[in-house]
Amino acid sequence: MATKKAPAKSNASCEDLKQYYRDMLLIRRFEEKAGQLYGMGLIGGFCHLYIGQEAVVVGLEAAAEEGDKRITSYRDHGHMLACGMNPNGVMAELTGREGGYSKGKGGSMHMFSKEKHFYGGHGIVGAQVPLGAGLAFADKYKENGRVTFTYFGDGAANQGQVYETFNMAALWKLPVIFVIENNQYAMGTSQARSTSTADIHTRGAPFGIPGENVDGMDVLAVKEAGEKAVKHCRAGKGPYILEVKTYRYRGHSMSDPAKYRTREEVQKMREEKDAIEHVREMLITGKHATEDDLKAIDKEIKEVVNASAEFAKESPEPALEELWTDIYAAEIPQA
Amino acid sequence: MATEILMPALSPTMEEGTLAKWLVKEGDTIKSGDIMAEIETDKATMEFEAADEGTVGKILIAEGTEGVKVNTPIAVLLEEGESADDIATASAGTEATADADAKAAPAASAAPAPAPPKPAKVEEPDWPEGTPMKKQTVREAIRDAMAEEMRRDDTVFLMGEEVAEYQGAYKVSQGLLDEFGAKRVIDTPITEHGFAGIGVGAAFGGLRPVVEFMTFNFAMQAIDHIINSAAKTLYMSGGQMGAPMVFRGPNGAAARVGAQHSHDYAAWYAQIPGLKVVMPYSAADAKGLMKTAIRDLNPVIFLENEIMYGKSFEVPAMDDFTIPFGKAKIWREGSDVTLVSFGIGMTYALEAAEKLAADGIEAEVIDLRTLRPIDYDTITESVQKTNRCVTIEEGFPVASIGNHLSAYIMENAFDYLDAPVINCTGKDVPMPYAANLEKHALITTEEVIEAVRKVTYR
Repeated sequence: MATKKAPAKSNASCEDLKQYYRDMLLIRRFEEKAGQLYGMGLIGGFCHLYIGQEAVVVGLEAAAEEGDKRITSYRDHGHMLACGMNPNGVMAELTGREGGYSKGKGGSMHMFSKEKHFYGGHGIVGAQVPLGAGLAFADKYKENGRVTFTYFGDGAANQGQVYETFNMAALWKLPVIFVIENNQYAMGTSQARSTSTADIHTRGAPFGIPGENVDGMDVLAVKEAGEKAVKHCRAGKGPYILEVKTYRYRGHSMSDPAKYRTREEVQKMREEKDAIEHVREMLITGKHATEDDLKAIDKEIKEVVNASAEFAKESPEPALEELWTDIYAAEIPQA
Repeated sequence: MATEILMPALSPTMEEGTLAKWLVKEGDTIKSGDIMAEIETDKATMEFEAADEGTVGKILIAEGTEGVKVNTPIAVLLEEGESADDIATASAGTEATADADAKAAPAASAAPAPAPPKPAKVEEPDWPEGTPMKKQTVREAIRDAMAEEMRRDDTVFLMGEEVAEYQGAYKVSQGLLDEFGAKRVIDTPITEHGFAGIGVGAAFGGLRPVVEFMTFNFAMQAIDHIINSAAKTLYMSGGQMGAPMVFRGPNGAAARVGAQHSHDYAAWYAQIPGLKVVMPYSAADAKGLMKTAIRDLNPVIFLENEIMYGKSFEVPAMDDFTIPFGKAKIWREGSDVTLVSFGIGMTYALEAAEKLAADGIEAEVIDLRTLRPIDYDTITESVQKTNRCVTIEEGFPVASIGNHLSAYIMENAFDYLDAPVINCTGKDVPMPYAANLEKHALITTEEVIEAVRKVTYR
């Protein structure tokens, strides 16, 4: 293990640590299952897996409070599970069934939960950035003290609307945390080939937005950085940028052969930097958990994921009437 | 229990592939994420990862095999404590599962989808008879509508370029900053894509934004958020959340502002399910429709016109009056021909009707007022009476609103037509700057009269 940061630096308890292990493992197993169902033709279209990046969203969710909002791109399954959305509903949306979060009408890239303050699931690269700032605008307008986590990738960081948003978010001191999930590849184009600066978080500096680099393979480091950013936003100081360095093990989407990087590069990350293995080792070496404890968690997660797959297969396709519903709202959806 | 590993689909369209190479052999221990094989699809060679842990018990499809159908078992994976002897029984069990899964996979249904529900027709007059009227410009009417709705609902706010301190580039927001303050009347930087997105996000977050574009030409920079973020989210979220908001500003040609500032977007936005599209002509309609737009729970495109801002009309002097969407207004009754228009197109339609009346041709003039929804019934009823129709709009001719109405009339009132429907539109050219050319690029009243003579054979 290359990274051996002691948990002592964090305010996380042993129970917290176990919870992060559980949350990250749920995402990984869920995504593996989704990949399997895709292979069986039960999931169609585009399906972008989050495997490898689990510590980013689990660490930041650990820094969030009830009522805080989150919005992200099309690589969204992990964010939904981390904010507490039901795996059954997420998986059934992937299979395009009635029991899915969007009744089967959104798919992998378009899921939402008003209850969990999850605002999607957006398929246009970078579009979620002004949308997230808009959510923060609404919170500031209502003076409710909430913050919005706006996730986007290193690829989206080259979209013009990101900088239009940085400008307004700084100008209006919006309580928004811009989380750049830098997995180093914008689909098949590496950061070095697409991005003029090595440190994307410094791109907020001309707008007066503080930013920092975070080790995205270390859930405790992510949590700590998230807490700092949240504190900044809640104090009314405006936006904050976290560039979280991470790595996606799978291709951009299911149909990506990933020839733009070597197998060795991927294997090295998996073997030396894996976020779940990192926490697992901390739990074992710190004697916070035994192998049996962790096996029990693994088993429990496997059951949850298998149940979600069963639910997603059993749930019927949406009724044909659904084709014509939800185009126009007739009454205000409950907040 | 031993599990069969099935030939995976590795792209949205893959049905079969070549098992190019096995990277594991029988007896190997594997864990989730290990690369098991290379599979060639029609597009690329893909690495196939294990999704479970165990021991490779048997390889069922040899490497180099072409045309392996998706979901064919290609190997058997044994769990801890199992041996290859378990394979036979396992296969029987898993085949059944695979079969059930295949059945569960969604198949496109052949049954026709039910038609969308038809909106009920509204028959009431726009305002009660005897209501006192006052003269007002379109500009003032829109301003008053926004102010009244901002007084009524404190989640309504206005944002855009120059809307606050400058009092509006076209003075439509005159006085709003003074009354409502900088929190609710917000000057934005020149950044249409960005502030349109922030507006949509604010609507997701529970506010009722009115986003002003200095002109809809500039909204081209923001159209992704209007269409992809605002119009589609309610559907994509299964009805959980949408964008109750108004995008408004001047649309279409003003006077000699050239090709990039003269585009009429009526037909563009009218095509999008999830949007409502309003294009008023009179001040009373502008006011009543704007109030409805702000209260509506959906994204509304409100297309104003710079030339119309200064025109005065009679507006009912009522505390609160709204005009429903999807209800056309008949400005002039007639029996010889139906003229259908909206927005500034109405000026040509009404002028042509006056001139035609002098020659004894009585035109019925219909103002659609909203382009989504469209009041088809009023058009059909009128065409059934007059048997002739001319549509009038300033936008480009290809895929215009008039084209759509022609198709609708042909499908629904074909037997009533005594002549083909003619679409009067702007010309199929970018807007020129020269005064004489610009005049000809737009519609002229003479062209409308000419079209009416053609369809009436008079």
